[in-house]
Amino acid sequence: MSEIHSEALNEILSRYISQEGNIISLLQDIQESFGYIPEDVVKWFSKRLGIPPSRFFSVATFYAQFHLKPRGKNIITVCSGTACYVKGAQRLLSTVRRELNLLGEEDTTPDRIFTVERVNCIGACSIAPVFLINKKVYGNATSDKLLREIKHLKKGD
Amino acid sequence: MKSIIVKVCMGTGGIAVGGKEVLDAFREELALAGISASLGENCLTHRVGCRGLCARDVLVDVVVDNEKVTYQYIKPQMVRRIVNEHIIGGNTIKEWVVDEDYHNFYRKQIRLVLSRCGSIDPEDISSYINAGGYEALRKALFSMTPDEVLEEIKRANLRGRGGAGFPAGVKWEYTKKSPGKIKYIIANGDEGDPGAFMDRSVMEGDPHSLIEGMIICAYAIGAQMGFIYVRQEYPLAVERLEKAVSQARERGLLGKGILGKDFDFDIRLKLGAGAFVCGEETALIASIEGKRGMPRSRPPFPAERGLWGMPTVINNVETLANVPYIIKNGADWFLSIGTKSSPGTKVFSLTGKIKNTGLIEVPMGITLREIIYDIGGGILGDRKFKAVQTGGPSGGCIPAEYLDLPVDFDSLTSVGSIMGSGGMVVLDETDCMVNVAKFFLEFTQAESCGKCVPCRIGTRRLLEILERITGGKGKPEDIELLEDLSHDIKATSLCGLGQTAPNPVLSTIKYFRDEYEAHIYDLKCPSKVCKDLITYFIGDSCTGCTACLRVCPAGAITGEKKKLHKINQDLCIKCGACLDVCKFNAVLKA
Repeated sequence: MSEIHSEALNEILSRYISQEGNIISLLQDIQESFGYIPEDVVKWFSKRLGIPPSRFFSVATFYAQFHLKPRGKNIITVCSGTACYVKGAQRLLSTVRRELNLLGEEDTTPDRIFTVERVNCIGACSIAPVFLINKKVYGNATSDKLLREIKHLKKGD
Repeated sequence: MKSIIVKVCMGTGGIAVGGKEVLDAFREELALAGISASLGENCLTHRVGCRGLCARDVLVDVVVDNEKVTYQYIKPQMVRRIVNEHIIGGNTIKEWVVDEDYHNFYRKQIRLVLSRCGSIDPEDISSYINAGGYEALRKALFSMTPDEVLEEIKRANLRGRGGAGFPAGVKWEYTKKSPGKIKYIIANGDEGDPGAFMDRSVMEGDPHSLIEGMIICAYAIGAQMGFIYVRQEYPLAVERLEKAVSQARERGLLGKGILGKDFDFDIRLKLGAGAFVCGEETALIASIEGKRGMPRSRPPFPAERGLWGMPTVINNVETLANVPYIIKNGADWFLSIGTKSSPGTKVFSLTGKIKNTGLIEVPMGITLREIIYDIGGGILGDRKFKAVQTGGPSGGCIPAEYLDLPVDFDSLTSVGSIMGSGGMVVLDETDCMVNVAKFFLEFTQAESCGKCVPCRIGTRRLLEILERITGGKGKPEDIELLEDLSHDIKATSLCGLGQTAPNPVLSTIKYFRDEYEAHIYDLKCPSKVCKDLITYFIGDSCTGCTACLRVCPAGAITGEKKKLHKINQDLCIKCGACLDVCKFNAVLKA
């Protein structure tokens, strides 16, 4: 583990100890720093806290928030709540996946520029359908609008 | 000009369509025009929470000397004209003012819980206090005993707004009587039902009403610590709650010796990590404890053994936000609103194929017709109403024949749906009911925690059968099989998720059996939704603009410029991209 990492890790560890320990918050902190839950980081904490890695992974795999694989630089999230669904969210999702050539179960492009995800509902149902790019919400979405935003992002790189 | 107040809607919806940019534009223009300088503190521009009618965002109130004008669909580039013509020139810009519809939207509503959403600045505690906030807490602390507070909530028959409608006062009393020195309060803000966002709006638009409700509850039952469990999908709610809690602490409303009394209580935020089942109270408790959010069997109920084994009250956000109003105005006042068995109001999120999408608050007992046609303005594109889905994945679809049903906890249950947290998704003739049932089963199947067999395996089997039917491979016995399986899952699942998961299937079979039959026997999807049962073709109104040809990902469309195009059915993947781009309504489904 590199120097920079261990600094971040020690900070998370001290926060964990001061806040009377909760694996979910610990994992949330790890993901905040690393963008996902790297296996070696879990092992690092496991050793220091005397908690087996399986405990961490049992929690990490239960909640949709946690990712065990690295994600792309840009996160595109298509809301799949009921209101978005009946207003065509599926089509947005297939459009963006097609545009980025994502096949099967893949959700991240090989160059790790984009990750495409779906979320159950972000509660912006009155402006459905909705997608998010890097946490910014876009309402009353159309395939055109989504493709335009992706083109902007591609140019930016 | 003595005073100017500009209020810009900045809930999640408002921000998404540019609320922040509009607010910044107002600040800039007012400064440029020298108005902010000349009026000083009498020139206010501030953010407000969601006022409900998000379909018209960005909504802006301009109040000049107490005269309020509301503008709709405002964009930053429109701000200069409002400042010049309205604020400086004194002439309202008529074409931008909200139309008659906007007022109809509010006419049949009674806004209690939402009364401050959209008028106060949610990030400023003084704004809440100036609007009468924390008066109920003072009343409770200085003129009522804890038992009197409890009695008032019980008498008001405040039923839980999160789903099942269990009386909050009974929960409080049970918790209070349970032995144990340490007691907890949890506000359930894990609003997981897709299509419901009332709790988000309360937490974003009026966070102190929730905090005040929790403090009053703590006083009544003798709790020392409270948790607000919020979904991490609601970043703005988290941010505003954090601010609100720390401001309340600074003012001595949280912490030790609240308002000088011998009463200690504090609140902490806990972020959910994306699991629908955590809306169930025992699963939510497991999640706060840092474990997998799996429910356990009850009893013991959380009121007896809750968080870390201590007696715990768990109430939904909207339920707790009602508390200050009941204490302030009395139980009799509360009982005078709504119906006998379900007093008070209910907040609904009205979405789907409806003109005025947004958040509404209505007295219990109002009819579905009033909600959909008077408040909601009717169906989008004046298409035909088919059903309204209430209660999210635990609820059902209610058909047109029940449009005059008065809405309360019991009436919705009687027609095979539930109130749930208050999501209402309106469906029209272009929605396939079998597909809607499939959508919800995909959801519950993915969200089933896997602890009990009926839910884990049963929901998967239900989904497989629905996939078979929508895929054109349904068998004649499938409808009966769905019904049998549904009844077994309902009867034997451990928690509310499994016990209600079959509701979307049962209610759609009950009211829309003909659609199931059409899929199975005629291999047709009457609403033309299910991919495997429809074909796309190009009709005579095609102008040969080549737009569809260019967008088709499968290369299935052929044709020359200015000549009729054609879809090769063998290549078509039925993605619908051609339909989206066609400006001449030439792409048709059969």
